[in-house]
Formats: sequence, C-alpha cells, structure tokens
Amino acid sequence: MAPGTLSTFLKRGAIWGFIVLELVFFSVAGEFLSLSDKAFMDLDNMLLLFKQSAPIGIIAIGMTIIMINGNIDLSVGATFALSAIVLLDSMTWPMFGGLGDGVIPLAWGLALMTGVVLGALNGLIVWKTGVDAFIVTLGSMLGYRGLVFMYNGEQPTSHLNWTLVDLAESQFMGLHTPTWFLIAVTAVIWFVMNKTVHGRNAYAIGDNRTAAINAGIRVGPHFVINFMIIGFLASLSAVVFYSESGSVNPNDGELYELWVITAVVLGGTKLTGGAGSVLSTLGGVLAIQLLRKGLGHIGADTETVNLVIGLILIAVLFLDRQLNLKGREALKT
Amino acid sequence: MDRFSKFDLGGFLARQGILVAFALFLVGFTIANERFLAPDNVMGVIRSSAILGVMALGVTFVVISGNLDLSVGSMMSFSTIVVLDLHDKIGPTLAIPSMYAMVLCLGAFIGFLVGYLKLNSLIVTLGMLSAIHGLTLTYSGGKNMDIADKEGTWFSFFGQSDVLGIPVPILMFALLASLLGIILAKTPFGRKVYAVGGNGTAATFSGIRRARVVFTCYILSALCVATAGLLQASRSLGSQNTVGQGLELEVLAAVILGGASLLGGSGTIFKTVIGVLILGFIQNGLLLVGLQFYVQYVVTWIIIILAVWLDIAAKRGKLWSPIA
Amino acid sequence: MTDQTPALRLEGIVKTFPGVRALDNVSFSVLPGEVHALMGENGAGKSTLMKVLGGIYQPDEGQIVVSEQPTVMTSPLQAKSKGIVFIHQELSLAEELTVAENIYLGELPKKAFGLVDWQKLYAQTNVILEKLKVGFDAKTRVGDLSIANQQMVEIARALTVEAKAVIFDEPTASLTDAEKVVLFDVISDLQAHGVGIIYISHRMEEIFKITDRISVLRDGQYRGTLKTAETNEDEVTQLMIGRKLDLSRNETHHDLGAVALEVRDLSCGKLFRNISFEVRKGEVVGFYGLVGAGRTEIAETLFGLREPTGGDILLNGEKVHVSSPADAIEKGISLVPEDRKGQGLVLGMNCRDNMTLPQVSDLKAGPFVAEGAEIAIFDQYRDRLDIRTPGWKQLVGNLSGGNQQKIVIGKWLSMHPDVLIVDEPTRGIDVGSKSEIHNLIRELASQGYAVIVISSEMPEVLRVSDRIVAMYSGEIIRTFTSQEVTEDNLIQAISGINPEKAA
Repeated sequence: MAPGTLSTFLKRGAIWGFIVLELVFFSVAGEFLSLSDKAFMDLDNMLLLFKQSAPIGIIAIGMTIIMINGNIDLSVGATFALSAIVLLDSMTWPMFGGLGDGVIPLAWGLALMTGVVLGALNGLIVWKTGVDAFIVTLGSMLGYRGLVFMYNGEQPTSHLNWTLVDLAESQFMGLHTPTWFLIAVTAVIWFVMNKTVHGRNAYAIGDNRTAAINAGIRVGPHFVINFMIIGFLASLSAVVFYSESGSVNPNDGELYELWVITAVVLGGTKLTGGAGSVLSTLGGVLAIQLLRKGLGHIGADTETVNLVIGLILIAVLFLDRQLNLKGREALKT
Repeated sequence: MDRFSKFDLGGFLARQGILVAFALFLVGFTIANERFLAPDNVMGVIRSSAILGVMALGVTFVVISGNLDLSVGSMMSFSTIVVLDLHDKIGPTLAIPSMYAMVLCLGAFIGFLVGYLKLNSLIVTLGMLSAIHGLTLTYSGGKNMDIADKEGTWFSFFGQSDVLGIPVPILMFALLASLLGIILAKTPFGRKVYAVGGNGTAATFSGIRRARVVFTCYILSALCVATAGLLQASRSLGSQNTVGQGLELEVLAAVILGGASLLGGSGTIFKTVIGVLILGFIQNGLLLVGLQFYVQYVVTWIIIILAVWLDIAAKRGKLWSPIA
Repeated sequence: MTDQTPALRLEGIVKTFPGVRALDNVSFSVLPGEVHALMGENGAGKSTLMKVLGGIYQPDEGQIVVSEQPTVMTSPLQAKSKGIVFIHQELSLAEELTVAENIYLGELPKKAFGLVDWQKLYAQTNVILEKLKVGFDAKTRVGDLSIANQQMVEIARALTVEAKAVIFDEPTASLTDAEKVVLFDVISDLQAHGVGIIYISHRMEEIFKITDRISVLRDGQYRGTLKTAETNEDEVTQLMIGRKLDLSRNETHHDLGAVALEVRDLSCGKLFRNISFEVRKGEVVGFYGLVGAGRTEIAETLFGLREPTGGDILLNGEKVHVSSPADAIEKGISLVPEDRKGQGLVLGMNCRDNMTLPQVSDLKAGPFVAEGAEIAIFDQYRDRLDIRTPGWKQLVGNLSGGNQQKIVIGKWLSMHPDVLIVDEPTRGIDVGSKSEIHNLIRELASQGYAVIVISSEMPEVLRVSDRIVAMYSGEIIRTFTSQEVTEDNLIQAISGINPEKAA
C-alpha cells in the first residue's frame, strides 16, 4: 500500500463509520436509558432527521466547494436571513397582488437571486482586491447582516402562504420536500465537482494555486462562480426552511457559518483546499444531526450537544494529526 | 538610498491609513453633530467599547503569533454565567478568582492543543466555541443567571462605578491595554510573539520555544476574556447564556481593522485599540446623526475591506489584484 | 546541421535590474533535434534568461525568434502555445488530482455543458504515457507517485503540444540512476522527433553524455558555444569561471585545542547511520557530499531538531542529549541553516531584532528588552562582518543575500558558541561576499571556535577545511586531512567509492 493510502482511506470512510457507530451506540444506550419506548432507528425518526438536516446541509454542500477551492465563506448565515426576508416580504408586495399563488415562483426567484448577487459580490471582491476570503466574508457577514436589519428594523418579517406550507410539508416517496432538496443539491454539486471542467479546475486551484495560474486557469472567475453557487445555496436553504415556518427574525442564521464549517471539516475537507468531497460533507451534516437527536434520545440534556460536537471536532483533528505523524526521524519545528 | 529618503504618500497611507481614516471620521461626525466629541459622549463610547476592547487585546496576541481565536465569544458567555452563579453561592470575593481559574484552564487547554500539539487554530477554536457554549448551557441548565440581591452587592463596582470620575470599565481597559501594550512592544516575550508569527520555523531555529509562546498567547487571551466577562456580569448583574455570542468575529474585525495580518507577525496593541474605538465611534456617530445601530454593520464591512485592501495594494504596488 | 533553421534563437538579449546588468547581449540558438546544454555558475544569469524566455520578464533589448518568427513572450502559457515548453526544477502539480488531469491542467477536453470529456482525456493521456514508457496509469493520484514519476508527469505535460523547444532545468536533481536512464531515453526520443532541447545542469558527466553543444554564460554575458564532441570538462569549466577552477587548499594552520564535539555512531533512521567524527577547538571540518547524503540531517540532529535513533553526542567530553534548538543553544551549539529565508531569518523583522533573537531573553533591563545593549551588539557585528545596511531599523527582507547571511552568522557569533555549524554558507551569494565569508570562517577557527561547514561546492570545502568528511548515502565514506585530499579521491568518495576500504 502506498504511503498515505491508509490515512486517506480512513479520512474518506471515517465519517460513515462514525455515523454507524453513532447509530449503534444510541440504539443500545437507548435501550437502557431512554425515557421513551420508541426505538432510535425508527423510520419516522430517521425521516425527520433528514428533513432537519436540510437547511444546514444545503449550505454545507456549498461550503465544501468553497473550501475545496481554497476559500471560506463566513457570510452564509446573513445571506440566509436576507434571502428569507426577501422571500416572505416579496409575497406581500402590492405589485404582485393579483397573482394569487403565482407569486410563489416570483418570490422564490427573487430570494434566490438575492443569494446569487450577494455571493457574486463576495467573489468579485476576493478576486479583484486580492484580500483573503476569510477577511472579505468576515466583513460581509457584518455588512449583509446590516442589510437584514435595514430591511425591516428589528421586527420579524412574517408571511404565511398556505400553499407553500403544504408544499414544504408534503412528502414524496416518504421523504419530505426539504430532504428532496438536500438530495438534489448534493447530487448536482457532486456532478459539478466531479464531471465538469469548472469543478476539476476548482480542485486544481485549491490544491496548487500557482500551478493552476501557470497552466492558464483563470482563477478569478472560478472564485466568483463558486461564491455565486454558495450564495444560491444559502438562499435555497432559506427558501426551503421559511416556506414552511413563514416568519424570519433579523437574527436568524447567526452562527450558521460555524455549524456549516464544522460539518464540512468533520466530512474531511482539507482546510487548505484541494481535497474534499460533497458526499463526505453530507455525512458530516448527518453525523451532527444524529448526535443532536441521539443525545436527546438517551436522555442527555440537549445542552450537551454543543459540547460533544465541539470536542468531537477537536478529536477528529487530533486523530488526523496522529495518522499523519512521520515518526521519530521527523524534523521538530 | 534615495528610496528611503523620499516621502512616499502611498506608503504612508498604507502604514498609517487607519489613523487617517479615524481622524476623518471624527471630523466628519463632529461637523454633523457637535455633541459627538463632547466629553460625556466620548466617555460613553469608550465605556461601551470596553468589553469588546478588552477581548480584542488578548486576541491581538493570538493573531500576531499567527493563530486565530474564535472561542472568545462563547468563553466570555461562560465567564459571565459562572461568576454570576458563584456570586450567590460563595460570595463575590471567592467567585471572581474561581471564575478566572476556570477560564484560564480553558485557555490552557486551547493553548496546549494549538501550541504543543500544533493543531489548526481555526478548527480548534471553532470546536471550542461550540464546546464552551455547550458547557455554559450545561452549567446553567439553559436558564438565565441573575444575582438575587442586586442592590446589596459591591460586585457592581467593576461595571457600574466611577473612580476619579472615570468609569471603572474604561480604567480596566486602559490599564490592561497599557500593560499588554508594554509586554508586546517592550519585553522579550513580546519580541518572541512577533518572531513566532513572522516565521515560526526561523523562530524555532533561533532557539525560541514556539509552543510555549503560542500557549502563553492563549493564556493571555483567556485572561482578557475573563476580565471582559467580569465587566459584563458586573454591569448587568444578570445574563443570558448567549451574551458573548458572535463577539469573536467582531473582535477579530477590530483587530484586523487595527492592521494586524491574519498571517501573523504584524499588529500592535495601540492599533487594536484604535480599531476598537473606530468601531465604537462609528456606531455612536451613526446613532447621533439619526441612523439605526445596524447601519454600523454595513459601514464596518466597507471599512474593513477598504483597510485591508489598501494595505495589500500598497505592498504589491498595484491597486487591483494581478490574478486573472 | 548548421544549415538548418533554428528551432529557437535568441538575439542580443539584454535585461537590466536596478544596479545589475543581469543579461548582457546574450545570443545563441537551438537547432531542431539538438540537445543544447546551457551552463554557468549560480548567478550567471541562467534563470533570468529562462524567465525572459517564459515571458515573466521582458527583455530591454534583443529578440526571441521561434522558427524564424520574432516572438514576444508574455507568459509561460503563451510561450507554450508557441511551442516553447519548460520542465521546472520545482514541480508544479496538483497532488490530489489524477495524472491525466495534471497533464491537461487548464486544458481539459470539453464536451457540451462544460463537462469534462473523460474518454478523450484518458485516451490522449495514455498515448503520451506510452511514449514515456512509465509504469503508472492515467487515473493515478499524483500525490501517490514518487518524485521521479511526478517529474515524468511534468514531462508528459510538455508533450501535449507540438513542442519546438523543450527546456529542462536541472531535471536529474532528484532522480535515481535508473530513472535518469528513462529520462535520457525520453530526451533522445524528443530529439528524434526534431524537437530542440535546452538542458540546464551542473553535472558534467550528464552534459557530456547527452548534449550536442554547450553554451556558457558568465556574469550575465554569453561566453561562447562549444561542440561537446570537441571539448572537455576543463575547457567548459574555464569558460564558466573565466579562470582555472580555484582548488586552492586552506593553507593557514594554527594549533588545535581540545576536542569540542565528538559524535559516536550517531544514527537517525534511514537518514544517516553510524556517524562518528570529532571537531577540535580551532578546527574547521568540512562535510562534502551530494544533495541527500545526510549532511544537513546530521546538523539538524546535533541542533536538537531531530531525535537520533542511536549513538552519542559528546560536548567537551561529556555525553549530552540535545532535545531542542533552545537546548542546543544553551549547550553551546549553533546552526547557520541551509535555507536562509525559511529557517534563518524573520524577513518582516528588522536587522537588530533578527540578530539578537536567540538571546533576547537574556538582554534585559528589568522586565524589558535592553534595546541599547541590542543596538550595541548589532553595531559590533555589523562592523566586524561588514554588513551593509542603512541601519538596524532596516527590514532584513530588504537586504541582499550576502548581507542577510552575514546577519545570520552575526546572530550566532554574538552567542559565542563552542561549536558553530554552517550549512551551505554561500548559497545564492555573490562572488565578493563569498570569499569574505570564507575568510571569516577561517578567522573564527583561529579564534578557537570549533566549526563544521557543510557544502556542496568543492572549492569551498577545500578552501575552508582543515579536515574533510566525505559522505555518501547516509554514511561517512572517508575522512581526509587537507594535505591528503585530492579532487579525484574526494569525488570518488562522495560517489560511494573508498579505495582504502576496497584495497
């Protein structure tokens, strides 16, 4: 076996192994501790788990390509909130008054457009100024949040459209609408990253930016496209979630960026870019959601979830380091 | 050596641009509203910036050493909740040192992971953000924490009193800033922080114990966070579990605004203080001219991008990035 | 052959930088099907010339002519489209991607909707890989390949275009003998297809084995072209250095003191084995060998950067364990590292702070750094080492290579170490500073320092050493005194041949 293969294998398979471990642990522990009689691996329970994973999951898929590309996006939570406001508010605009349910596609379109524009703005700034994406999106995280507040002050924005609620709560082949969106997004982005020139170039740029530039790959436009994709997905996540809930607070989506990054890192995407997989990220999202549910199932305080996830994230990093240690001969710097 | 003697406006702006921008802000807002530079208003601004500022001091050390600390927000919530809870249980005299001890333990843990185990600081502190948040919730059972007898405790001294007419939070901020500023600029340890952040390998090759330096930076950061938590708790005498949520990124924004590079090796305490004050004065100035507090978010966004952009544009000698 | 149209011709190329005439009227041409060596010492202008060819620099005067078409180069990519391809010394590959994706980096074949045409990609790649007769597959992840195979991927890239000229920059630096054979086959294959080859290398035996003509640069000037078949190593060397190679020995001698450092059977995994030697006070011991012979690794072990797997280190007769550089410095060992910018200096710090970095904790006035004492130290060593800088506030990154190296040396001299290890002391440094540093090393020895000099340049080792340790593949082959060493036995020793042992 070539050097590094074992650790690569562990990295690629680890998240699914971890999910199995979680399932077994919570099922067994649940037998002894659980307050309810319901089995943990109950079908309804699992379906719900998928549905609840969708909002974070859809954004995390987008974050994966951003991080593969060697960037990061801290502004997704604010983009999420702003798109949600556009979605709900646009349905009440007088100019759409006579449309009835015909307003739905328009509102969706406007919301998604919001995300694409905000993403494009991030991408253009990263490209044209050369400022690191961490700083650019740290700034726009504040800036976009400011736009959220400027839109409607500190008031929540609400509008329930029952057709939308029905759509969001409906099930097709047993899966909820948000779950279908998550699956579709994962499939499409997997396809983009593995089958298209854009996707392969995104890997190359994250892996060795200088080599990519020397090979004539235009780094900037790829950045912008990826930021537009993550903006679109942050909006899509908002569209999926708020179609059902119908009310958005200006603080909604705060800390989403951190949850999303946690899921992506758990999925094994390399922080420096160049390596990572959309499917593993999906695994990371499910693992986190499973942990949330599982801890509740065995009667642990829901408060401990954050504690456990944080420590697991650090443990994963530690294990990764141990697997890559080069032994005693290595230079100690 | 002509190059060195000629006055170079671009270079000057790149180095001192943030001060120039700050001055322009002050002038602009003063023209817009004469109350802006009134002593009580200035005092108010600094006072309300003090908590953020104290945290930014510690993070400055961490950033100069080439690392990040995203856990300061949730660590601040933790320290606030703990000190409020212990206040009623063991009294303020014991509560304060106990809280400091706990927070320093957390800082030591992070310092160990990043310094000695050399784990990526972004992920470690991201994990700790979540873990400490969970710890706080577990500790408090998810409930708000309040001091029972709000009138009868001297604990409010740190957040609410004045000494010589100056609010205590400002004094603490000033004191810590001077102390840490001197440590960073004048002591061997400070020099090592710059070396480790500037070129960690070269620092090791020069006999600097890099792990120990990074560890100490996180200890200092924890110390500042505990102080910020103390000020917060003393000011409000009651708190939610999420009081510090999101502050980690605002703190980072202040540090970056002050000109510290995320790559490490550059930045000063003085500039961080300027960064903090800019954030505070923008917020206040916008309020005074009748705008809502959230307009500052948008303004801060623009300022951060411009500040960092002009900085690197001056270094590369071109405004626009050469990337195709 | 001379009647042919050159594949690539350079006409009177001039390139100046502030204060330096880096290329001064350089002209030569490469014929189709010819292997043309480009030789010159470090700093002679080879890399500048390559950057001009690749469009990274624009020449001030002169022109580049490709197949009789005057051409302006704007980027390596554009050069490639004109048929001028570079095989770089440093690999520029994306390790996580496959061989095929790397070969066609930036030029992946497309289908409709921006999809990658994998079939076409693999088919094209396989054609190239077959030509190169490599033992790996188009779908292999590049990160899983050996360095030599990664280099093959680089070469394969060159074959994706209708190349007129291919430029190899030190291609054999990290190859084994077997891999070199494959590389030379590839080169002769290209030759047979009428491609002109520019082959940049320091290795004479390779040059004489595979090239047709040799062009030499010295100090930015074109010094002439020789037919390989009609010349010899001496002639080429003289052209390169403008005089006979200075192989003068160290002639100064003084009494040696006690043994400062003794190493017994020191080993570190596969890096080096059973290393034993001693260095006396006032003695300079030179370590000579090829890149990868384990010399730097021994220095790093002595400096506490690597954990030995066996053997002892004795300082002034006492057995010690060196756990870290900080520990080494305390025990009196200092290392001037090989990579000046990466390991020796904090480029964003000023000269003074860099120089006093190892002792900053000791230079205290109360709790503060004693800046006066620091400046005094800086002034002392600036004068002693003749460091040219406008002042201590100057950032080290703005100094020339020679002055930077002097800062590093000054940094360690100011610590008054018992044992000073200097790894490649004059790499990338101009000729003038070079001899200054050589004199300095001799002077240090006369003052009683025990000095170890690691170098890949024979004249340097001969010039400064009292004794020379020849290493090959992690082992000491032989130790010479400066009287008994000859050019021949030294070269044999670092190639793994020890006549004494064999006899």
